[in-house]
Amino acid sequence: MNPFSSGTRLRDMIRAIRACKTAAEERAVVRKECAAIRAAINENDQDYRHRNLAKLMFIHMLGYPTHFGQMECLKLIASSGFPEKRIGYLGLMLLLDERQEVLMLVTNSLKQDLNHSNQYIVGLALCALGNICSAEMARDLAPEVERLLQFRDPNIRKKAALCSIRIIKKVPELAENFINPAAALLKEKHHGVLITGVQLCTDLCKVSEDALEYFRKKCTEGLVKTLKDVVNSPYAPEYDIAGITDPFLHIRLLKLLRELGQGDADASECMNDILAQVATKTESNKNAGNAILYECVETIMSIEDNGGLRVLAINILGRFLSNRDNNIRYVALNMLMKAITVDAQAVQRHRATILECVKDSDASIRKRALELVYVLVNEGNVKPLTKELIDYLEVSDEEFKGDLTAKICSIVAKFSPEKIWYIDQMLKVLSEAGNFVKDEVWHAVIVVISNASDLHGYTVRALYRALQLSAEQESLVRVAIWCIGEYGDLLVNNVGMLNVEDPITVTESDAVDVIEIAIKHHTSDLTTKAMAMVALLKLSSRFPSCSERIKDIVVQYKGSLVLELQQRSIEMNSIIAKHQNIRSTLVERMPVLDEATFIGKRAGSIQATVSPSAGASINLPNGVAKPTAAPLVDLLDLGSDDVPAPSSSGGDLLHDLLGVDLSMASTQSGVNHAPKNGTDVLLDLLSIGSPTQSSQSVSDMLSSSQDNKTPVSPLEGLSSPSSNSIQPTSAGAAPTIDLLDGFSSNPPKQENNGTAYPSVVAFESSNLKMVFNFSKLPGNPQTTVIEATFTNLSTNIYSDFIFQAAVPKFLQLHLDPASGNTLPASGNGSITQTLRVTNSQHGKKSLVMRIRIAYKMNNKDVLEEGQISNFPRGL
Amino acid sequence: MIQFVLLISRQGKVRLTKWYSPYTQKERTKVLRELSGVILARGPKLCNFVDWRGYKVVYKRYASLYFCMCIDQEDNELEVLEMIHHYVEILDRYFGSVCELDLIFNFHKAYYILDEILIAGELQESSKKTVARLIAAQDSLVETAKEQASSISNIIAQATK
Repeated sequence: MNPFSSGTRLRDMIRAIRACKTAAEERAVVRKECAAIRAAINENDQDYRHRNLAKLMFIHMLGYPTHFGQMECLKLIASSGFPEKRIGYLGLMLLLDERQEVLMLVTNSLKQDLNHSNQYIVGLALCALGNICSAEMARDLAPEVERLLQFRDPNIRKKAALCSIRIIKKVPELAENFINPAAALLKEKHHGVLITGVQLCTDLCKVSEDALEYFRKKCTEGLVKTLKDVVNSPYAPEYDIAGITDPFLHIRLLKLLRELGQGDADASECMNDILAQVATKTESNKNAGNAILYECVETIMSIEDNGGLRVLAINILGRFLSNRDNNIRYVALNMLMKAITVDAQAVQRHRATILECVKDSDASIRKRALELVYVLVNEGNVKPLTKELIDYLEVSDEEFKGDLTAKICSIVAKFSPEKIWYIDQMLKVLSEAGNFVKDEVWHAVIVVISNASDLHGYTVRALYRALQLSAEQESLVRVAIWCIGEYGDLLVNNVGMLNVEDPITVTESDAVDVIEIAIKHHTSDLTTKAMAMVALLKLSSRFPSCSERIKDIVVQYKGSLVLELQQRSIEMNSIIAKHQNIRSTLVERMPVLDEATFIGKRAGSIQATVSPSAGASINLPNGVAKPTAAPLVDLLDLGSDDVPAPSSSGGDLLHDLLGVDLSMASTQSGVNHAPKNGTDVLLDLLSIGSPTQSSQSVSDMLSSSQDNKTPVSPLEGLSSPSSNSIQPTSAGAAPTIDLLDGFSSNPPKQENNGTAYPSVVAFESSNLKMVFNFSKLPGNPQTTVIEATFTNLSTNIYSDFIFQAAVPKFLQLHLDPASGNTLPASGNGSITQTLRVTNSQHGKKSLVMRIRIAYKMNNKDVLEEGQISNFPRGL
Repeated sequence: MIQFVLLISRQGKVRLTKWYSPYTQKERTKVLRELSGVILARGPKLCNFVDWRGYKVVYKRYASLYFCMCIDQEDNELEVLEMIHHYVEILDRYFGSVCELDLIFNFHKAYYILDEILIAGELQESSKKTVARLIAAQDSLVETAKEQASSISNIIAQATK
């Protein structure tokens, strides 16, 4: 016998554990016990096996690992006595679940016990099987269980019925075997068997259409009669709860009738009377009665329409809703949620009560009521409902504000009848609970404001006022400073006054004050501060009188430890100080943000890849990439005034090149049309780098535009539009190209995840061959990594080798630097270069690319061009 | 169907857990921690239901113990309250005015009784009398086996004296 375990009985161990004062003490006791039990297991100690397992179960409940005891369960189950089996099965159910391999080992013991002569042992086996069997065990043991459904003792039949439920849930195709025996159970008198039999039939209906049909045909009348009998049964002390005989049976019968009546007029007709009787006669002063009424209402709502019954049901719900018991109100809200699809009018009648429930002190009820209000909203009632909710927002608990805010924002966005109302409501929400508003919501607010051009003045004034009252709501502050930056002049001059507004007097310096407060406030985070910085830049041009002061504010951040702020500060300072002449065009008002794209963007996946227009609208609300392409156009136009003008077609191209063209016209069409016009887009593109433009002023301006573009990802901000058209990589190209290069050469990591697509010979001439190898980045199907390999087919060495490529707008291209610029003769070596193409129309359009390769052969410039359209499908 | 049954003491100690859907040990610990946090924090006048991860948890406090059952969205919360009460009444009859200590020292008995009331997360028996009778019959089987065992060991002990 094991010297360790001999001493402590289960009771002693529990006492010892309870006596522990600290967690450490408890752990020590448990460790000692576990060690003793392990030792006993190793010695294969028989006498105390069941006691050890009982201890292990207690230890398991405390949350300690007990896997080492799993095999002990199996041994106990395999032993012959009832006490051992009883504790063994208990341990099995407690310590194991269906996913453990060990469980399979018990199948055989279970099979034997299901055929045991002692019915209690059969009961233990059925219970274990019903609670934890896996699909495999269900298949193996289904015939046994099926047989036991006809066992002589009703207590085994009821266990077998519930066990069958588990089996058909695990293996639905076994359902048909159980239809007949289940139907037989419905005729029983024993309540346990009846309850479990009805439950089994309900679950069979859910997994098998045949079962549903069968029960509907054969059993509906019988079930209605059974329900009638139970409802009208005289007092039966054994089953009585609060004066009702067996409410559990009532409820299960109603559930099964619901399954049978749903979608079948005849069956529904058949149960009308009894449902009406249950709905009218059931006592509703106790929980048990209400539980039956609740179930009955649900059945009435689900079966085929019967006007009279529906009225009854809705009335019951009305009574529930005005009940003082929180439980009853909770289920009423729950049920109204389902009733709304059946009879929206009737539910609308209770709107006032439901709104009261939103303000309840009980979080569960509030949550339900809010969900219900949310589905109750329509165009007709959105205004009063929103008003109620927003009023409540002011007084609601902090932890409820998040949910409430999200729902209000969603309602307002979905049903707003006009823009001014939307803006008003959102301003209220932002002022009241701005800290709970999600980013995409205030982004959307900015998009809407941007689109409501006649309301700009009104909005910016309203925001200014709101900010005076609730300056601590971060997202309100952000929206406000964005608008003041954009529409500061409207604020000061009271432009576009609406009749409903009171005029306010705001001086230019007041407006700057607001932004200064925001940028200096200790709770403002980086985004707010960065937005404030951009707003200041904008105001410096709108309010020349404050220019100096703004410069002083901006300069304060040139030493900021936050890189973003430091960079903005220095760059903006340089714009204010050095580039007076271009500043006003640089900080022009934002073009109207594309609402449709923004909404589509929100609805669609949050893709890291940025199609040009969407890219704009993503960055814009941040205010980060605000000086978008538009000023750049101006810049270049300016440039064309100062310097000998480049060819006009070149100018147009630059528009395309820089993705300036915010209208959605893709360069795809540009590429297609260009040859017809006789100007090759690509060539024009490259010709921009021609000597005409090498003058200092152009590059200066471009560099200032770079200053000005200091978004979170400055390179991407620019490179996403520009790379649509071209990625020059040459070192020897003209300055303009250098600049562009500087923007776009985002050094991508070289990643090669094996070739999932066949390589293609993308280009071949008498002198040169180019092969593309493709691979995909994991988790990003839109992006293809192309490894280009160039081979020299001639007998001359190529020097100054440059590869260039252009793609239509729906694609985005990154080129890594080439492995070299000299290509040895006769294929004695190669140059490789990695390209990354992101296809925003992945799955719809395939890749296409124009290329140009330049090199020197025998000191003569050679230029080769081509279009690649033989990319493998699906890239 | 009932996903799981929990008994949690006022102090957050777990007194019984029964899982009818597979949860790993890690998930179980997490569920216990989460739910005891939510339920123990709720005031006495509030409703007995908590929405939790797409399920509903119905709980009821009896003296120092919270009885919790987690059910599907379409299940009847009010009925589950009755089920909890059904279980409590049977425990009460079995132990004779049950208290938390009874359930600590005889936790296995609490499980045996639960297994006579629920299988596969569904109600098995609505008669308290039947449950009591079945438990008593099985207990007496155990007793007889024990007596036999001890009488055999007595015989052996006497024979080898």
